[in-house]
Amino acid sequence: MSKIHVTTTINGDPVEFLADPRETLLDCLRDKVGLTGSKEGCGTGDCGACSVELDGTLVCSCLVLGVEADGKSVSTIEGMASDNDLHPLQRKFIEHAALQCGFCTPGILVAAKKLLEVNPDPTEEETRYWLAGNLCRCTGYDKIVRAVMDAAAEMRQEVA
Amino acid sequence: MAKDGLNEFKLVGTRPDRPDGLDKVTGRARYGADFSLPGMLWGAVVRSPHAHAKIVKIDATKALAMEGVKAVVTRADFPEGLSGEDWDLQENTIAGEKALYDGHAVAAVAATSKLIAEDAARLIEVEYEVLPHVIDVDDAMAEGAPVIREGAADPTVPEGLHPNVVKYMEFGHGDVEKGFAEADIVREKSYKTEATHQGYIEPHACVGQMGRDDKGEMWVCTQGQWFIRKMCTAVLGVEASQLRVTPSEIGGGFGGKTTIFMEPLSLALSRKAGGRPVKIVMSRSEVLRATGPTASASMDVKIGMKKDGTITGARAEFRMQGGAFPGAPVDMALYCAFAGYKLENVQHIGYDVLANRPKCAAYRAPGSPMGAFAVESLVDEMAAELELDPIAVRQKNAVRSGDKASYGPKFGSIGLVEVLDALKDHPNLQAELGENQGRGFAVGYWFNHNGETSVSMAIGEDGTAQVSIGTPDIGGSRASVSLMVAETLGIPYEDVRVNVVETGALGVNEPTHGSRATFATGKAAVEATGHAIKEMCRRAAAEWGIDEDAVEWVDGAAQPAGPNAGKFPPMTIKEIAGNMGSTGGPISGHHESVPDGVGASFGAHAVDLEVDPETGRVTILRYLVVQDAGRAIHPSYVEGQYQGGAAQGIGWALNEEYVYDDKGRLANPIFLDYRVPVASDLPMIDTVIVEVPNPGHPFGVRGVGETGITPPLPAIANAIADAVGVRMTHLPISPPKLLAALKSR
Repeated sequence: MSKIHVTTTINGDPVEFLADPRETLLDCLRDKVGLTGSKEGCGTGDCGACSVELDGTLVCSCLVLGVEADGKSVSTIEGMASDNDLHPLQRKFIEHAALQCGFCTPGILVAAKKLLEVNPDPTEEETRYWLAGNLCRCTGYDKIVRAVMDAAAEMRQEVA
Repeated sequence: MAKDGLNEFKLVGTRPDRPDGLDKVTGRARYGADFSLPGMLWGAVVRSPHAHAKIVKIDATKALAMEGVKAVVTRADFPEGLSGEDWDLQENTIAGEKALYDGHAVAAVAATSKLIAEDAARLIEVEYEVLPHVIDVDDAMAEGAPVIREGAADPTVPEGLHPNVVKYMEFGHGDVEKGFAEADIVREKSYKTEATHQGYIEPHACVGQMGRDDKGEMWVCTQGQWFIRKMCTAVLGVEASQLRVTPSEIGGGFGGKTTIFMEPLSLALSRKAGGRPVKIVMSRSEVLRATGPTASASMDVKIGMKKDGTITGARAEFRMQGGAFPGAPVDMALYCAFAGYKLENVQHIGYDVLANRPKCAAYRAPGSPMGAFAVESLVDEMAAELELDPIAVRQKNAVRSGDKASYGPKFGSIGLVEVLDALKDHPNLQAELGENQGRGFAVGYWFNHNGETSVSMAIGEDGTAQVSIGTPDIGGSRASVSLMVAETLGIPYEDVRVNVVETGALGVNEPTHGSRATFATGKAAVEATGHAIKEMCRRAAAEWGIDEDAVEWVDGAAQPAGPNAGKFPPMTIKEIAGNMGSTGGPISGHHESVPDGVGASFGAHAVDLEVDPETGRVTILRYLVVQDAGRAIHPSYVEGQYQGGAAQGIGWALNEEYVYDDKGRLANPIFLDYRVPVASDLPMIDTVIVEVPNPGHPFGVRGVGETGITPPLPAIANAIADAVGVRMTHLPISPPKLLAALKSR
């Protein structure tokens, strides 16, 4: 099957690749672009481990085709830290031990970052419902929720 | 809460950042599917759509004709004549004469891309003759049930039982009938639990490469690289040392990544494709259909109790199926079932039964949660009948150090009493409960484990330390080993780097299982560090011209021991390391053993929940885990293990189960339908770390991973009974089941 030329921007850098029309954005990111930070836990949009932003919208990259990224911008976990500075969420996840095996962590961080853009002061309940699409089997979510809320508090102070 | 009063450590017990934290929050950490090699092919597996079927013919002509397809393997590409566990592994890796469950691998194909491999797999034609199947454990033991494998039963099975019963056990002590006769009330009840999956978020993945010379390499997500080596080489008929296995970062395991599934297929495909590496990544539905869930269980429990709550006799008869192969954890279930109770008279009977389901794998305290569900449910019900406080009943009967365990040996140092005291004092127990709300308690147990362990550590030229360990870091063990080594050496935590190494770099290590990593690997690392310290003291002694016994190691430096040894200023690790080239060469330490001194762990949980009488939905309001860690090396990750175990147990109790249709096909093979708890299903999970140090470990560690999944199953059933007066005896207590029970009240 002939492949389609895709021109996109990933974490601010221009990127081109050839995609089979059946390939997901997740497969293209991982196997064509070499950005393996986004993980596949389910392939059906149920686990959130592959969460990325596509033109600013939070999506499961396993549910988006690679060719759909043409002309759009993609943000992945690899673009979350700026140069040597971790995003406050990344720092707080380490500080609060909000990861055990770490496999769900990239997806949760990407989703949590979006949450704090949409709602800088989420309640615990809002945080839990926002992250309900991101499965974690190790932590019981307790430390994750604490880390997100602590990062939100810190980020609000920075803004103020 | 340490009980030995010796908790004066500088680092142990603190909460530094984990060494692999940065990698894991930036996406840099490499997991199973993140690795690729030049010239790599992709593999795909053909799986049986039938629960039980004879394989008549496999035709790969069309697949092999596809451009890009490089190899197809079937059972014919594997050696014959294996027996016992090796045969089970081979048969589970790829079916021989029969497919034994929905999802059983029957062929595999390697091609130049993932899509081509998947397309080719669909073109491999398999002709089946469908056979009658059996799914439920009680059905599988019943007369007339389809026989899954003739002659699979071992000699323990009494005559007259169905051929699907492959192992029988009976043990206990005292006179259980006498015990029941001494009781004021004797109650007997049956319980069932359904199979659940470990549900690690990372599907199995590997890259295997093997040449025609049978020399190979593998990159794989696993809890144990040596187990992968041993099992793959056995299945392929290759020498163990010729396969080098490198573990990736691991995205969860919980016991499910201690064995092999598609790893030998990648090696066989590679060998057939001229030695090109072959990557296989399972889909989620492949994970659920064809990797290790836990067993399902059918259990009868009988207990005799006096009016004051004293248990006078107890009997458990458990039947468990662990799929189409022997190995259901019925023995462990029985050992753990009454472990929290001091019993004069106890009897255990167990049956390991075959069914047309995937081969079960270990899942966090294998067997213990099911047994806890049955026993803790009945104890709770009897306490209520006698109008006794459920915690007091457990305190009254609790085992203490030196008591004979229900399964035989005497307990060493244990902390059940301390756990129950801490539970009773927790503020959660003072919270007010409303209508349809209830509170439940239960205790749980796991032995913990030692296992074959090899550790090597080396002092760097700058006085830092590198430690090579063989247990993959599944939940923070790099941090705990770093803390223990840094504490022992007397150097900063940041000056220690712990590396999880490949099989070529160390002697054999058992996997990260049995809650052994921080106990066994940690103990071995401390021993290895001790050897390096001894050598550094020797170097200092030689420099000072004194006896090496007159040198001691204090705060990261050698110093003369006592006033008679001579007056020399301390020689720091940096000085000794900086000169090591001229004082005798590299300084390192090794330790290889099966470390003794395992410490068993008890936990107790308290849950508050609310039942919605309209829907049968259960909402967890408050959750408390109290567990004896021995000593928490890094308390944050101990709490994380407690919380994670509780969350998995809550899923098991309320929602998770393998659902089969009438054809024996798994009906819920995706995360949408096999739904593990999500963030909005759970409250914050409170934890209390009890520390009754284990005298068998230099820092008192017991191991913490497993005990925590055992009490949630009964604690939730007990809380539901407290809330709405309905006793649920079959897990999961899903809304439709609870609603039906509420309606038939």
